[in-house]
Amino acid sequence: MSNLDNYQAEFEKARQQRAGEPARIGRVRDEAMRRFLAQGFPTTRHEEWRFTSVAPIAAANFALANGSGAAGETTARPFEIPDVFGAELVFVDGSYAPALSTPGTLPAGVQAGSLSAYAAGRADAIEQHLTQVAPFDRQPFVALNTAFFRDGAYINIPARTVLEKPIHVLFLSSGETRKDEQSSRESRPHFSCPRVLVVLGEQSQAAIVESYAGADGAEYFTNVVTEIVLGDSAVLDHYKLQHESTQAFHVSAVYLKAARSANCTSHSVSLGGALVRNDVIAVLGGEGGQCALNGLYVADGQRHIDNHTTIDHAMPHCDSREIYKGVLADRARGVFNGKIIVRPDAQKTDAKQTNRALLLSEDAQVNSKPELEIFANDVKCTHGAAVGQLDEDAVFYLRSRGIGLAEARRLLIHAFAGDVLNRMALEPIRTAVERVLQRQLARALAA
Amino acid sequence: MLTVRNLHARVAGREILRGINLEIMHGEVHAIMGPNGSGKSTLARVLAGHPEYEVTAGEVTFEGEDLLEMDPEERARAGIFLAFQYPVEIPGVNNAYFLKAALNTVRKQRGLEELDAMEFMTLVRERMKQLDMDESLLSRPVNEGFSGGEKKRNEIFQMAVLEPKLGVLDETDSGLDIDALKVVAGGVNAMRNADRAFLVVTHYQRLLNYIVPDQVHVLTEGRIIRSGGKELALELEEKGYGWLEQPVGG
Ligand SMILES: Nc1ncnc2c1ncn2[C@@H]1O[C@H](COP(=O)(O)OP(=O)(O)O)[C@@H](O)[C@H]1O
Ligand SMILES: [Mg+2]
Repeated sequence: MSNLDNYQAEFEKARQQRAGEPARIGRVRDEAMRRFLAQGFPTTRHEEWRFTSVAPIAAANFALANGSGAAGETTARPFEIPDVFGAELVFVDGSYAPALSTPGTLPAGVQAGSLSAYAAGRADAIEQHLTQVAPFDRQPFVALNTAFFRDGAYINIPARTVLEKPIHVLFLSSGETRKDEQSSRESRPHFSCPRVLVVLGEQSQAAIVESYAGADGAEYFTNVVTEIVLGDSAVLDHYKLQHESTQAFHVSAVYLKAARSANCTSHSVSLGGALVRNDVIAVLGGEGGQCALNGLYVADGQRHIDNHTTIDHAMPHCDSREIYKGVLADRARGVFNGKIIVRPDAQKTDAKQTNRALLLSEDAQVNSKPELEIFANDVKCTHGAAVGQLDEDAVFYLRSRGIGLAEARRLLIHAFAGDVLNRMALEPIRTAVERVLQRQLARALAA
Repeated sequence: MLTVRNLHARVAGREILRGINLEIMHGEVHAIMGPNGSGKSTLARVLAGHPEYEVTAGEVTFEGEDLLEMDPEERARAGIFLAFQYPVEIPGVNNAYFLKAALNTVRKQRGLEELDAMEFMTLVRERMKQLDMDESLLSRPVNEGFSGGEKKRNEIFQMAVLEPKLGVLDETDSGLDIDALKVVAGGVNAMRNADRAFLVVTHYQRLLNYIVPDQVHVLTEGRIIRSGGKELALELEEKGYGWLEQPVGG
């Protein structure tokens, strides 16, 4: 059985369990599955995947997680975030875990909960937006997610509603495997396809944190798609914190569409995973929109983290700010590709992109590429990229004051990452990320 | 306190120090003078343990210990402080945070209790006042965007907080106007006592009017070619280094 046949079989099996789903979504799934099978997994011959081989994902014999392993309690929560959330939605292996979730008390009209439950209830915003923001004609992993997602988070903030407290969406992977009934072969690792839909009505404001984690050392594959729709003048502070098991595969795509004068900041922090690919695609689709993309990734061992971003300036007078920073130790590999499109209508665009990588060893490696496609003439567009090592003079300066070598290096790396961390407006999140980062650095520097 | 014997050191494949001998006793101030490129900063960096500089011969003992066996941080904890000729800018590392971390490691080594934030601030404020420094420098990243003079002051300020046994000052006077020079010299003089020693590296005699040395050594081409009392500095000022180019026998 080729691995695509495996997905075909999983798809047929999953079909029987989606009885309550709107017919439109069923049709989209069939189409997505066709697209996935037609494309297959991308190879490094594919320009978008030049530096990232997903051969280990394609070769693995994943079974769709059915959420039965929703034990939850024992699963690690690497980001110890104090109770600052208005609501917390927890998913285990892609299925909603009500026992682990805290619905909280949210302002009137706010919807936050299981996507499949809201879809079964025919929520308007789901009918209107789900699968409409993230295209899958040439995005095999989006196609795969669209064909297979069981559940995920649905968050809808009505117009002029301000969320005082952030909402947390936590995706845990149990690392449990599936024993095959037919064959006596060894058990198969799971893949799950969480889906997130966030809709902010005009002039609404919210902060939303997505985090991903898994049982230590477990092998599994998370393939997530997040769709975000911002109405006129909506303000969103979005965080995606990825701390999967060091043996896990994580492929994610955040598709974001901002209307007139909307303002979105999206932070992406990648600390875990063996093979990680994150896409963020932000479309500034109304005048006066603002978008900030901040990224931080840290990898050691032989881990591989790829960040692809696209900021699409489709309308005039929009600003975008992007800063991505990576720290790579041992034989780790980083990839950054930052595309900025300025369409013919998008006069007075102001776009700024910075991307830096810090290599802690001679064997660490990064491929980074800005890609500017500018079709308007009255625009301001700057980008800068740098790859470097730790400043040895600074290390010596700190040591000459009595600070130990490891601590000196840790301080300097932390300072390097500080640019991105300091942009995180939610202080408890920043602190939680810093804590994990410190643990991570301690491990990377000890090696 | 410090004994340097026949010290040879190289950097980037070139021998820079070619047999330095030096003996500094507790309570003394020694000055090292010499033309640009003679190896003054190299000597200072070798004493502080800069990894780029390779010691090829000789020995250095500090308070009876083999200094050359120690890492830079161990030397600092043992009581050596180098005030850099060119202090390094470290973006993103807060000056106060850094200094508190440094002070507490040094204190731990000396068997003293760590200072809490309040105690640290009290100490730091007092030292800043002595050196006529703007307190806002504390909350800025280490040396980042500091003027030349601010950087030099910050070095002496760190020394005043860390209270080393041996302060090695590398061209601390450069970049300071006369008023700042007096303040900085005042800070150093306030630290002088019977247990502490200083090695003051300078190109000009000017600083030595304010920090009066017990001994002056002239360094050229990696060797000390003449040692004497404080008058030697004045003589050098008058006659220039050329006067000593041919070492006088005896
Ligand atoms: N890190 C280094 N790399 C290469 N050459 C160096 C380095 N440090 C010092 N030197 C060389 O060593 C010699 C002495 O330099 P230095 O000790 O800085 O002199 P001084 O402080 O007396 O002016 C000079 O020729 C200088 O170029
Ligand atoms: Mg010098």
